[in-house]
Amino acid sequence: MTLIVRSIARWMIPSIFLLGVYVVLHGHLTPGGGFAGGVLVAGSFVLSILAFGVKKNKVETKKEWSSLTESIGIFLFWFLAFLGILWGSYFFLNVLTKMSPGARFHLFSAGSIPLYNLAIGIEVASALFTMVFVLMVFREKERP
Amino acid sequence: MFELVLSSFIVLMILGALVALETRNLLASVISLGIIGFALVVLFLLLGAPDLAIVQIIVETLTLVIFISAIRHTTPQENSKTRGFPPKFSWSVGTFFLLIFLLGAFAIYRELPPLGSPCVRMALYYLSHGMELTGASNLVSAIILDFRGYDTLGEATVLFASAIGVATVLRKMGKKSS
Repeated sequence: MTLIVRSIARWMIPSIFLLGVYVVLHGHLTPGGGFAGGVLVAGSFVLSILAFGVKKNKVETKKEWSSLTESIGIFLFWFLAFLGILWGSYFFLNVLTKMSPGARFHLFSAGSIPLYNLAIGIEVASALFTMVFVLMVFREKERP
Repeated sequence: MFELVLSSFIVLMILGALVALETRNLLASVISLGIIGFALVVLFLLLGAPDLAIVQIIVETLTLVIFISAIRHTTPQENSKTRGFPPKFSWSVGTFFLLIFLLGAFAIYRELPPLGSPCVRMALYYLSHGMELTGASNLVSAIILDFRGYDTLGEATVLFASAIGVATVLRKMGKKSS
């Protein structure tokens, strides 16, 4: 892309990434949540690929990482839901709230809901990034 | 007054959809698809649903980027040789189904409660007990991750499966070179 796009993207990419992480972590307090934050994080990576091209981003290593984190995200979500059975009750029981009901309106509150948000955020970010990235990169490789 | 503002945005969305269907330039068509999504964002904000508005505005932008990058690799003009039914036939069928739709909509609309007074039975329990049961101050998050966790598990599984599907169809490694 042109110099204008690259200079603006250099400033925008970190702030979009930070906003995504903020939305994921504060999903149980403010509007937003795992899905919205995950799409924001994926959007920052997509913007980086669009602005700086495929070669400069070293995408091959990024793709291996994204498929790994995708599996980690969905496994973490499933494991957190399975904790309810290990606790001796039903699937999807909010175990951490049962253990220590306490603070409201804090970052560390609401039991396992922030952890669910984190798992969903990782999953959505890496799944969307993998899809967009595969569609763009494999297309560019075929061209002479 | 509030219904008038909502209706004007809905009319804008319908106009955007018609333009997206009728225009020949594919880039203009995709951008007028964006009108629908962004007007829906304004509607969600007016109706007081910031969670949905955030998700909708981000997903809409990402979808536009994917569409435009797909169009860059193909022709910008729509293929004009389209075969279809004769116009008399399609006009009469269209009018017939529009009449049926309007009759059904009239019958349903008389039964609906007015805007702003929803019929809540299940949601009332969530609204009154959700905070003390889960401890999350964002009630939407509490519902989709605690009360209705199975939905979110299904959604995550669908995303996982679609990413695996795209990566498998477009893979390089292990494919027979023809």
